[in-house]
Amino acid sequence: MSRRLLLLAVLVLLAAAPLLLPDFYVTLMNYIGLASIVTLGLVLLTGVGGLTSFGQAAFVGISAYTSAVLTTRYGISPWLSLPACLLLTLPISLFLGFITLRLSGHYLPLGTIAWGIAIYFLFGNLEILGKYSGIAEIPRLSIFGWSLGGGRQMYYLIWAVTLVALLAAGNLLDSRVGRAIRALKGRTTMAQSFGVDTNRLKIILFVYAALLAAMSGWLYAHFLRYVNPSPFSLNASIEYLFMAVIGGSTQVWGAIIGATLLTMLKEWLKDILPRITDQSGNYEIVVFGLLIVLMLHRTREGLVPYFSALLPAEKPVLARPTTPPLPARVQPQRGEPLLEVEGATKRFGALAAVSSLSFEVRAGEVLGLIGPNGAGKSTVFNLMTGVLAANEGEIRFRGERIENLSARAIARRGMARTFQHVNIVPSMTVLENAAFGAHLRGHAGVAAASLRLDRPEEALLRHEAAQQLDRVGLGKNLFDQASTLPLGSQRMLEVARALCADPMLLLLDEPAAGLRYLEKQALADLVRRLREEGVSVLLVEHDMEFVMGLVDRIVVMNFGEKLAEGSPREIQNNPAVVEAYLGSVA
Amino acid sequence: MSFNIALWLSQDAITNGAIYALLALALVAVYTVTRVIFVPQGDFISLAALSLATLQAGLVPGTVYLLIGGGLLITAIDGVAVLRKKKLKRFAAIALENIALPAVIAGAAVWSASRPEDILLQVAVTLAIVTPMGPMLYRLAFQPVANAPILVLLIIAVAVHYMLTGMALVFFGGEGVRTQLLPDISFQLGVLNITGQSLAVIITSLVLIVLLAILFGSTVYGKALRATALNRTGARLVGISSEFTGRLSFALAALIGAASGILVSPFTTIYYDTGFLISLKGFVGAIIGGMTNYPLAALGSLLVGFLESFSSFWASTFKESIVFTLIIPVLLWRSLTTHRVEEDEEP
Repeated sequence: MSRRLLLLAVLVLLAAAPLLLPDFYVTLMNYIGLASIVTLGLVLLTGVGGLTSFGQAAFVGISAYTSAVLTTRYGISPWLSLPACLLLTLPISLFLGFITLRLSGHYLPLGTIAWGIAIYFLFGNLEILGKYSGIAEIPRLSIFGWSLGGGRQMYYLIWAVTLVALLAAGNLLDSRVGRAIRALKGRTTMAQSFGVDTNRLKIILFVYAALLAAMSGWLYAHFLRYVNPSPFSLNASIEYLFMAVIGGSTQVWGAIIGATLLTMLKEWLKDILPRITDQSGNYEIVVFGLLIVLMLHRTREGLVPYFSALLPAEKPVLARPTTPPLPARVQPQRGEPLLEVEGATKRFGALAAVSSLSFEVRAGEVLGLIGPNGAGKSTVFNLMTGVLAANEGEIRFRGERIENLSARAIARRGMARTFQHVNIVPSMTVLENAAFGAHLRGHAGVAAASLRLDRPEEALLRHEAAQQLDRVGLGKNLFDQASTLPLGSQRMLEVARALCADPMLLLLDEPAAGLRYLEKQALADLVRRLREEGVSVLLVEHDMEFVMGLVDRIVVMNFGEKLAEGSPREIQNNPAVVEAYLGSVA
Repeated sequence: MSFNIALWLSQDAITNGAIYALLALALVAVYTVTRVIFVPQGDFISLAALSLATLQAGLVPGTVYLLIGGGLLITAIDGVAVLRKKKLKRFAAIALENIALPAVIAGAAVWSASRPEDILLQVAVTLAIVTPMGPMLYRLAFQPVANAPILVLLIIAVAVHYMLTGMALVFFGGEGVRTQLLPDISFQLGVLNITGQSLAVIITSLVLIVLLAILFGSTVYGKALRATALNRTGARLVGISSEFTGRLSFALAALIGAASGILVSPFTTIYYDTGFLISLKGFVGAIIGGMTNYPLAALGSLLVGFLESFSSFWASTFKESIVFTLIIPVLLWRSLTTHRVEEDEEP
């Protein structure tokens, strides 16, 4: 059975459910749908993006109360209150995201805990919101005079919204922006060096999740037709987060699994526990807590992988581009100065890791930057790529000063880099990792990706990635998970990813480390070919043999300073270099 | 507002602020040493206050069973592992710590329950019941995933809080309690009527803060904690067990939580979930200190105390909302003044 058939079967079952199930279960399904929408936001935010929010129930509440007040006090149609709910949630979540997401990871959860509590007490104390007794008699929804009053009618609306949200989120993750989102968890430096504005993306993701919660809140208000503070408390937020954690992190439909399991479990425990124990008590929260702890001790992926394993395998295909290929950069004139470092100094406290270093890379050449361990090569690399800011000196790229630019801005100007410690997104395929490099060559945003309007561009990006992978010898591994590649291949993947950016200057940070002899040969051939195409390469390397046979010129560093500069032959015969590497013979 | 009312509110603010400061210090200690954002801190407050009230009612509190159960579980996990390796001495040590010690404490609890007039004994037994729960929690919930990302640890912390709240409800029910600690003494200082109770809170908090400063500043254990906070790997390389420092910091947190619970219970009605709200105010203080700075965290907590006390005068229904909204300008300020992009950890 193919996935398509399975999906069809699930849809038919979903559509038939309210006709077959008793009232109680239809209501339960409605609750599951409502929770799934909120949880979906958290799967994106927490599971994929690595950001945790304890404020989702508060967003649900704001929206539910907004619609309740607008429809009961001002007699506004529920269909008009929906945009009002979303428009109110937008600035609030933008503001909360702005103040917390620039800080390190734990401020968002702490900030949202405090905000969730503050808003809960506000709900409970404001006269206009009916204090703790809430607002009743919220009007039912109706479409063209057909009332959606009953649970069975609302069922179709709730699940239609759930499925559309799920589809859109799935589309989003499988796109240019989606790749960037998937790199937010622990790969922000890498993402920035390929031009992703990670701070902005985090805020977008947070707002996306908040809007999903708002959508659920609006549905909730008109499904239950009564709101009071308690379903929007911090505990409710915690439960949403538990659903996301239990369901799973990497797949959007983990939201449904988590919401279903926890909602059912809660019902079942409410049913069964009073029979086992005579005491009254909130045993289910003890069981939930225990479940989460045990689960996180064993896996952080949730239950989705177990369900995924049951699904029939899908054979991935590479869509053929229908539009003209991506435009390539015009490479600068051979011999013109491309990157100039002048008097660059970087101090860490009292230690000058790099001091008044000057050298240049000319267009079309392969320059080697070598030096013994601790010479400051990596620091220079970080200065050039905008990861670190220099204390003194200038760095110019095609005449423009870049020493104060961000990694993102530098990437935009035509530099692409690899990382000394392999920095790929392990859960993505080889193809997706490579396509990451072409991030700046695409433009489709969140909306286009969710609606699948990005397909022609996406086909181009993927096509480019496949070509570059072919070039580095990974053409057969396009759809393998990147983490399954051996280290040498992962390094080549890094090179392919950098090439996808169509750089003028390629910065390779110890690319030969961990490569076998034949792999090194292939890498050297690739660099030579790139030189012929007019791409300039800066190679930071340890492996003398590899460097000597490949580069046009060499800069040797020692103790943060330039020790020598010249052709490979000159460097090999330079006594100072020999002494630095082998120690004095005398 | 008259000057007298302001003075009176300030007294209230300082009394509460002192408790928040204690909690904030514990939160900072646990966070810097173990990277756990210790959400269950507040549950120790509730557990201690409710245990004390139960002892005063002449009954044995349910927390004793929690202690015994936790000890048995740890013995089962750790004990079996060392028995397999035939390390009998090690097993004896584990059993002593996790079975014998809880048994002795349980015995003391039974004895104390029969002496409802002996307040000092009740306080000592309450501390003895709650404090070991800290290291037990660390062993069972956090030690197996000590190297996990901060966010995973946070979610576990929230789950543990959930469990503890649920258990508190099971053991003590939904009724609120107040305890009787000191006879109602009070004296006049100018216009101010100072109660012995609030004086006791302030003095005890100050003594505990000074003790903490001594512990961290000049004992070998404190140095181990500080070393772990600065550099986990480095500390391990010089022979400091991160498991030990983890348990120690959790023991501190539980002790401080229990002490806070005992201190606040005479003038605040404590329900099974009240402690969480109290400790969250400590969190606001700790966040003002960036979760890492002890003096700033203490000052921030005092600020929370003042804000709470004065807003309860002006807008009592919005007291909680105002206190928790304080975090927003603080975060805004932090966000605008932080230029360094804080590199997140690898997943």
